[in-house]
Amino acid sequence: MATAQQGILDLLSPSPPGWGGVLLAGAVSTVAISACAFAVGLLLGTGGALGKLSGNPVLRLLIDLYTTVIRAVPELILIVGLYYAGTDGVNRLLAALDLPPVEVNGFVAGVAVLGFVQGAYMTEVLRGAILAIPLGQIEAAKAFGMGPVLRFRRVLLPALLPNALPGLANLWMSVTKDSALVAVVGYQELALATRLAGASTKHYFVFFLASALLYLAITLVSNVAFKLIESRVRRGQPRLA
Amino acid sequence: MNFTWISSYWALLLTGAWQTVSLLVISVTFGFVIAIGLAFAQVSGGRITKLLARGYCTFFRGTPLLIQLWLLYYGVGSLLPMIPGIRQSLLWPVLREGFFFASVSFTLNYAAYEAEVLRGALLAVPKGELEAGRAFGLSPWKLIRRIWLPRAIRIALPTIAGEIVMQLKATPLAFTVTVMDLYAVANKVRQDTLLVYEPLIVVTLFYLALTAVIARVFRGLEAQVPVRR
Repeated sequence: MATAQQGILDLLSPSPPGWGGVLLAGAVSTVAISACAFAVGLLLGTGGALGKLSGNPVLRLLIDLYTTVIRAVPELILIVGLYYAGTDGVNRLLAALDLPPVEVNGFVAGVAVLGFVQGAYMTEVLRGAILAIPLGQIEAAKAFGMGPVLRFRRVLLPALLPNALPGLANLWMSVTKDSALVAVVGYQELALATRLAGASTKHYFVFFLASALLYLAITLVSNVAFKLIESRVRRGQPRLA
Repeated sequence: MNFTWISSYWALLLTGAWQTVSLLVISVTFGFVIAIGLAFAQVSGGRITKLLARGYCTFFRGTPLLIQLWLLYYGVGSLLPMIPGIRQSLLWPVLREGFFFASVSFTLNYAAYEAEVLRGALLAVPKGELEAGRAFGLSPWKLIRRIWLPRAIRIALPTIAGEIVMQLKATPLAFTVTVMDLYAVANKVRQDTLLVYEPLIVVTLFYLALTAVIARVFRGLEAQVPVRR
């Protein structure tokens, strides 16, 4: 038993005969791809939420279409479909401009696709959070003569964050897990790194358990981080229950 | 857009839809039963059961379904043949299939999410109704069966519908372990005909139709339960 234990620890050691380094690098790219997609989603979601609330009927219809389709279609199909459509679209655009086609970087494609998906969910989370802000606060800001940008920065954003954070935390959890799907289109993050490690050593169980624990660690650490951020943005608010 | 391939693939599409629906029904049914146990363990269990149930939910909700599926299919699947006599057993043809591993991992995963929903619903049942049941002399088991669980399920119904749709949207992962589900059929059509978007669009319509059916069924279920507002 002792030798078997030794063997498994050797497999997970960070230096090359072991695969620990590969798994850790995979975990880092998982976090990186998720963070970038989360940021992209946040931008799209803010735009989407403001657009939905702007009252422009055409804009609203378009954003409604975006959020409905994205939220109705299975993630894997979206990721594969958008991956092909995205790379195809970029190359057609380049061809139209008489430029040579490019090989789209897996990281960029993954971020774009996951961010596009996140944006739809963020739109709804942020829209709800904005609607929960008492109208008087926004009217007061208008009465003080704040422009739209200043109003967003000083009143809307700080007031919506406490409402939006639980939803945003959920979305962060789901993007770290959805990033595993990028493995299906071939970008090497934690899930694919694990599969490679398993395939070359035949110790599938050990490696998948190790990577599940890595994902779990990411989740638990982010849980703590979101709790801290939430208590920060809720400072000064009366405690609930 | 070219949809002429449908005429030669419709049988395969139907098998794929059948596989997708079976995966969904199996995982939701068994997952729900496990979830009831997990939810009660967290709400009214002892220290150790509580801890175990919490740990289960944290693990399955904190790791990607894809990893759980692969852990089972590649990990446990590679260890199974080491059990003596298992290759000769009647179960082996089932245990060898990707479909079996997909069903098990989807079930375990669904149970974890559903348990959280039910836990909240169990806590949301008004205390007075439980006390009234106890005052009538219902045994704890009868209290659960007649009042606590039915009330909680009623409270959770809209959320359960959402969870089942999420589960439907997770089933395409089964294609990574050789299950011929709807998505796998789209993949096969792409490999055969080099059409990328058309098969994806067709299977997406299938998924949308299934979602509509689930929503309809739950609207009916919710209407079945008399409520006074």
